Amino acid sequence: MTQLALVIDLNVCVGCHACVTSCKEWNTSGPAGAMSDERPYDVNPTGNFFNRVQTFEVGEFPNTETVHFPKSCLHCEDPPCVPVCPTGASYKRKEDGIVLVDYDKCIGCKYCSWACPYGVREIDEKQKVMKKCTLCVDRIYDQSLPEAERKPACVMACPTSARLFGDVHDPESVVSKAIRESGGYPLMPEWGTQPANHYLPRRKTRLRIHEDELERTDNPLKIDRQLPKPDMAEPSLDDVTSW
Amino acid sequence: MNPAFSVIFLTTLIGVGQGLFLALFTAQTYALFGILPEQDSVGFYAYGSLLALVFMAAGLIASFFHLGHPERAWRSAAMWRTSWLSREVIVLPAFMGVLFLYGLAHLLDWKQVLLTLPTGLSINVTVALGMLGTLLAFALFVCTGMIYACLRFLREWHTPLTIINYILLGGASGFTLATIFAAYAAPALAGFFAGWAMIITLCGLVGRAASLFRNARLKPRSTLQTAIGVKHPRIVQKSQGFMGGSFNTREFFHGQTPALLRSIKWMFLLCVFVLPIFFLVSGLATASAALLLLAFAVQYIGLLAERWFFFAQANHPQNLYYQVVS
Repeated sequence: MTQLALVIDLNVCVGCHACVTSCKEWNTSGPAGAMSDERPYDVNPTGNFFNRVQTFEVGEFPNTETVHFPKSCLHCEDPPCVPVCPTGASYKRKEDGIVLVDYDKCIGCKYCSWACPYGVREIDEKQKVMKKCTLCVDRIYDQSLPEAERKPACVMACPTSARLFGDVHDPESVVSKAIRESGGYPLMPEWGTQPANHYLPRRKTRLRIHEDELERTDNPLKIDRQLPKPDMAEPSLDDVTSW
Repeated sequence: MNPAFSVIFLTTLIGVGQGLFLALFTAQTYALFGILPEQDSVGFYAYGSLLALVFMAAGLIASFFHLGHPERAWRSAAMWRTSWLSREVIVLPAFMGVLFLYGLAHLLDWKQVLLTLPTGLSINVTVALGMLGTLLAFALFVCTGMIYACLRFLREWHTPLTIINYILLGGASGFTLATIFAAYAAPALAGFFAGWAMIITLCGLVGRAASLFRNARLKPRSTLQTAIGVKHPRIVQKSQGFMGGSFNTREFFHGQTPALLRSIKWMFLLCVFVLPIFFLVSGLATASAALLLLAFAVQYIGLLAERWFFFAQANHPQNLYYQVVS
């Protein structure tokens, strides 16, 4: 069984919101219709987004770290939003585990958004249907795209490669390896929703530089005695001095 | 949560309708056993059923205002195997249909005896429909309550008290309405209904106080630490990713002060439980229909406040992600 998912590396996310804008761009241009905005160029602009980047500060000044936290549908293995849907508009695909909404069946009762602890479902205020991340289902299987581009728009846009995409049920996939080797974790594990998306934690990055690594012992200038330069206080010949 | 008035009206109005029907059929059952006098089939049961049906229909209409696509509402009967909302969508019209038939049977005087029990008790069409209606009325209470009680991370709702309170509060308001209805249609029964209305109201007070007591002591299971998976005692949100609000900030925050919430709580405790009992007792003592009507009006307004508070008090875990604009 395939379970497609994203793995988001919080250690390299720089909070640039490129995934947010590329997600909006791709999904608002799709055949499902625009993701509507209200007052986009006015005060209090608001609109429909599948993906958000939030920022948290961890620790106490001066020992703080800024954590940028991209948040989209986690495509839970046991999605609480699906069984509550009265029409069956919300469903989880058997073949790849993507949780989707059938916009033609959705009655806009918002019950699924109540049933999602992560707050990743947003109603489209103009179309009056519930919308959410589709993992770019209209992109990842598109045979007209080069194979390297058959990835969600957010993954393609990330400048730091903080977003990985793949099958978390395949132990050899890039996402499974990342989860296994870099301590990937799910969000709010206390509810047993088993999110397919995982996050990679912050890691301490330390660079140890030794003295001899800064100075090249076989520097040709040293052989020619041009380096190191003699000290100012050192005795020198008249008119012939390195200074 | 941000309380939606469509749902507040839906749950309170159908609660009254179900309660009124249960009151009518309770009186008929008592009459069946000869404890209460027989009532006029048309003037009491048929018009009483019509009144209950009006409340059910008003609730049903209110529910459509909650939907983005009311024209697709028929689809919502599809997932009854998993969704309590879908089950409610099926049981609500089923109950209304039986309620209609119950009223019709009384109106047209369908009194054919279906079977006679060994004790000599004869079960006629209206009794059979009444029993079916009672079953459906309770099923509808359970469905309505379970819509909220089944959401396990909305812990204020995830308790059997939610269902118990829907039954008790719907029943209390229905019996209060039955009292005022009986004052006009069957004055002999007003005292009977008022007595039950007060008993159910007091039971409702116990149930609602228990849920208030429980909810005040709930400890949130999700924290900012589990929400973003960073294990540090001090995490502060600096940005929620947008500034002009979103569905997440509109749907899940009521935006009212704790002081207002507290005053709504005391208001509904007063209006749903204390004042109606006072008005019922004084209305019966002075034989004043106006006071009985006041009892129902005050209790219904109190129930609107109670339902508003029920929604506002529920703290959704998604709110952890939306604490600071920027």
